[in-house]
Amino acid sequence: MQYKSQAVAKPYFIAAIALFVGQILFGLIMGLQYVVGDFLFPAIPFNVARMVHTNLLIVWLLFGFMGGAYYLIPEETETELYSPKLALALFWIFLVAGALTIVGYLAVPYATLAEFTGNDILETMGREFLEQPLITKVGIVVVALAFLFNISMTVLKGRKTAISLVLLMGLWGLAVMFLFSFYNPSNLVLDKFYWWWVVHLWVEGVWELILGALLAFVLIKVTGVDREVIEKWLYVIITLTLVTGIIGTGHHYFWIGTPGYWQWWGSIFSALEPIPFFAMTVFAFNMVNRRRREHPNKAATLWALGTGVMAFLGAGVWGFLHTLAPVNYYTHGTQITAAHGHMAFYGAYAMVVLCIISYAMPVLRGRAANSDKSQVLEMWSFWLMTVSMVFITLFLTAAGILQVWLQRFSDTPQAFMQVQDQVSLFYWMREWAGVVFLIGLIAYIASFFVKGEQEPAAA
Amino acid sequence: MSGTFTKSMARNVFYGGTVFFILLFLALTFDSMQALPKRDNRQALTEQVAHGKKLWETNNCIGCHTLLGEGAYFAPELGNVYVRRGPEFIKAWIKAQPTGTPGRRQMPQFHFSDEELDALVAFLKYSSEIDTNDWPPNVEG
Repeated sequence: MQYKSQAVAKPYFIAAIALFVGQILFGLIMGLQYVVGDFLFPAIPFNVARMVHTNLLIVWLLFGFMGGAYYLIPEETETELYSPKLALALFWIFLVAGALTIVGYLAVPYATLAEFTGNDILETMGREFLEQPLITKVGIVVVALAFLFNISMTVLKGRKTAISLVLLMGLWGLAVMFLFSFYNPSNLVLDKFYWWWVVHLWVEGVWELILGALLAFVLIKVTGVDREVIEKWLYVIITLTLVTGIIGTGHHYFWIGTPGYWQWWGSIFSALEPIPFFAMTVFAFNMVNRRRREHPNKAATLWALGTGVMAFLGAGVWGFLHTLAPVNYYTHGTQITAAHGHMAFYGAYAMVVLCIISYAMPVLRGRAANSDKSQVLEMWSFWLMTVSMVFITLFLTAAGILQVWLQRFSDTPQAFMQVQDQVSLFYWMREWAGVVFLIGLIAYIASFFVKGEQEPAAA
Repeated sequence: MSGTFTKSMARNVFYGGTVFFILLFLALTFDSMQALPKRDNRQALTEQVAHGKKLWETNNCIGCHTLLGEGAYFAPELGNVYVRRGPEFIKAWIKAQPTGTPGRRQMPQFHFSDEELDALVAFLKYSSEIDTNDWPPNVEG
């Protein structure tokens, strides 16, 4: 470790992994509820399990982004963090607030939670992914601002690299776009229109800047390729991202009451959204092929290549699959959407966080890389999780195609639940693939505890 | 990525392109806001509808159902349920939950008053009358 303040990243990474486990466990509960409808009812109804599943995802990725930033920024700016104490204090505040929110979801009915957390003062709850109580939302803003202050002050006093500037833009964008979660008019169309300014402009906008910066940082470290080359690629990729992704928001404005011209804008620009992901894949492979050194951390390199490929497949290909308006007319809000969501989030965001953890954690533990034995287990976990996610996506896609056919496209359309019954085989297979994913995750965690011959700490 | 295309050129293209497309997006947003009054059924937005939307939100209905295709995919689309089932069926259905049928997906009992049920139905009626470019393809949602 070059700068001792980088050490604050460690608790962030550990918390991220712990919350990831929670996310997967609730995913398995929901997956089972798809086929055994009354499983854990009424203790954990589906809507509660889903809220926990998606909110844990967001929170663990945020922990990963923040940990990644705390690790990356000192090294990029060549200076210690502005305030490691603030970073550590924010860690505990965010963890406790996040945990209390999840406990709130599970312990009391949602309406009661809303009543006791100030939803009557400003109604923001009960919208997909933005279910957090008002006090949690305010807490997120406060933590985000204090975090950004800390990071920005560090960048200001240190070297300003393209990677740190892109990361900073992504993180500021994340915080700014979240402010739209406080706008919730009674007019459903307006509500939905600006809801996407948080959700879409996060995952298909500013988060991709964070993704690009983290990936570029790891690639510089593991390949030793010239910074000029890598940063040029980074700018090209994020240009493609925002040029396609901002107007690409229009692919959510097809059927929610917005004008018909969005079908053109949304279809054309979002059809181009796979390009930045393709560029990212080419970028990762290119840099690894042109490597000037053999970094002992093979696992981190694997995650770096993997996130490029899986982001391209999940976000790019599976996004394109249903993004054209005439197709989306039939697939909107079906299991096709669920299939895309799973592989895109795993490929783009879960994997890039696991990538930075894979690179940084050994250094934080005082070595350049883990032992071969530990890395082999980590690579097993990579393949188990990645392949099972491919299968989850394929099974959900199959379920989605059948659903579209029976419920939407047919001359004699059938009712929702009637169709669900007929595709249950695919839900069962998805659940088993999910079990394999959990096994992969257990292997991943176990890899942290495997000893063996270790590479000595690098300078 | 030849030597003639430098990092600072890439950076300038990034800033220029991003600013241009942000402005284009804001212009399209402005135009949409002008067009919405004719499409979003705002004349039907009564206090009762607003109350219904609040009930929809504070009971996390979106955690199982979709509304205009957005939400969870565990339970039926409700953007057009008013058309599909009608007000009386909706109220009777909500009151009868959970069915308790072994192995079937269960909807919780929310203990709504009659007034609250009417507000929810008003919200669903309002939602069903938004101009969605003829989505969903048929009444099954």
